[in-house]
Amino acid sequence: MKEKALFEIVESKQLPLGNALLKLRPCNGLLPDIEGGQFVNIMVPDTPGAFLRRPISVCNVSDGLLWLYIKGAGKGTKHLCAMQTGEKLDIVLPLGNGFSEPENKEDDILLIGGGVGIAPLLYWGSILKNKGYKPRFLLGGATADNLQLLDEFASMGEVFLTTDDGSQGVRGTVMAHPVLESSADKIYCCGPTPMMKAVARFAAEHSIDCEVSLENRMACGIGACLCCVEDTADGHKCVCSWGPVFNVKELKWV
Amino acid sequence: MTNLKVTIAPGLDLRNPVIAASGTFGYGPEYADFVDLSQIGGIVVKGTTLEPRQGNAYPRIAETPSGMLNAVGLQNPGIDVFVNQTYRVIKDIDTAKIVNVSGSTPESYAEVCRRLAPLDQIAAVEINISCPNVRQGGMAFGTTPEGASIITKAVRESYNGPVIVKLSPNVTDIVSIAQAAEEAGADALSLTNTFLGMAIDVERRKPLLSTVTGGLSGPCIRPIAVRMVWQVAKAVKVPVIGLGGIMDGRDALEFIMAGATAVQVGTANFIDPAATVRIVGEIEEFCARQGVKELSEIRGII
Repeated sequence: MKEKALFEIVESKQLPLGNALLKLRPCNGLLPDIEGGQFVNIMVPDTPGAFLRRPISVCNVSDGLLWLYIKGAGKGTKHLCAMQTGEKLDIVLPLGNGFSEPENKEDDILLIGGGVGIAPLLYWGSILKNKGYKPRFLLGGATADNLQLLDEFASMGEVFLTTDDGSQGVRGTVMAHPVLESSADKIYCCGPTPMMKAVARFAAEHSIDCEVSLENRMACGIGACLCCVEDTADGHKCVCSWGPVFNVKELKWV
Repeated sequence: MTNLKVTIAPGLDLRNPVIAASGTFGYGPEYADFVDLSQIGGIVVKGTTLEPRQGNAYPRIAETPSGMLNAVGLQNPGIDVFVNQTYRVIKDIDTAKIVNVSGSTPESYAEVCRRLAPLDQIAAVEINISCPNVRQGGMAFGTTPEGASIITKAVRESYNGPVIVKLSPNVTDIVSIAQAAEEAGADALSLTNTFLGMAIDVERRKPLLSTVTGGLSGPCIRPIAVRMVWQVAKAVKVPVIGLGGIMDGRDALEFIMAGATAVQVGTANFIDPAATVRIVGEIEEFCARQGVKELSEIRGII
């Protein structure tokens, strides 16, 4: 069941590049069940020009706290990133359909994230680990500053890194990492669209089942306004309510 | 306790004047987690056409100062799916269910209404002669008194229930179009639809919408919509339903004081999914505080 609820920021960690990690406590003490890959829609307080809510993927749920890893991209998200402990946010959650479970416990699972798109993979990785899977993570960024939450990822499974400038991990994009030469039965991916399309092509060429998480511009977040559609094999589908996670077989990408 | 009941047309009585606007509320169930649907006056469901429509390409939305532009373009599964599937899902929702109808010819509007006529849980049709996002039809009919009259007459002949005609603000003289629709048999008028607008991403040197132009909604249009409702309400005898950027009860009361019998809440649903029911409460609170027993005491007092 979706709800609109008030949350209090209990930790606001400023990160490089104007990004931030917020940890929030539901003011009523009740955090609804959230699937890996679902998102929340946040009202930006006191920011003229930020009229619509901002959809942000769930980065983690831990000890009753909601974690949001936010990229300070525009007016609204920059305001959110600058918010302090004790401040409150009006949030609609949980929204959308998340990642689907692999078929077999023994499957080789690779979670590939780019930039701030690594956020939902941490939570999904923790769910997979708790269910007895062995997720591996391939995380890429422009520079080492883009690679955050690495200790948290490491506690969920093996982590492989790339940076465009070689400042951490393998130099290049995630597509340059040798881990892609190993076998994989399932790929989950979230990041910039060009990266997801490259991963989707790779998965198709190697017959690997692949799910990606999209972030088209949206308004309602609940499938009513039909603004955030993605063109799929079955026509226009709302990213907010049909997605945000799509199997690449549904998309017209490859 | 204030009596918030309003009558839009014979057979179209609403428990209160707050209606969810077409295209912002899906078919109703989308909002059921947030709103007790039996507490609002009505729902105008997504614009329905004779044939299924895929709508416009993405991107379809742009945030603007105190509002947004959309270019959805009437994406809907068509009247067959509505009659055979969607109707079953929504028919028992305890509020007035109004179907917004769009088309590209007078015949296609009439045919959709003919298909809706046997559905006894559909309280009325709202005829969209004002969508700015489709090239054929829609707004083309809404920009002249003759066009408004032709569509209204075609629908009137195919549908016995209440007919609401939704007017475009993208015209020189909305009053003449309102009067033409009234004369052609409209039971009520709703206004305004969105205002044709445009926004550009200067860094990329590209429009923000795939269609370049789109429909502007939100509080930025409210003063213009209030003015148009005030002008039209003075010039016609049929009830007027006011909409345009209503975010709270105060905004709704502005439209009612300008002459609206009821109001529709649209874009506000995206910001607060419980906006409709909240606004009902805020109108009640105002009436209690000001000692208003019936909305007719304040309707059109300006």
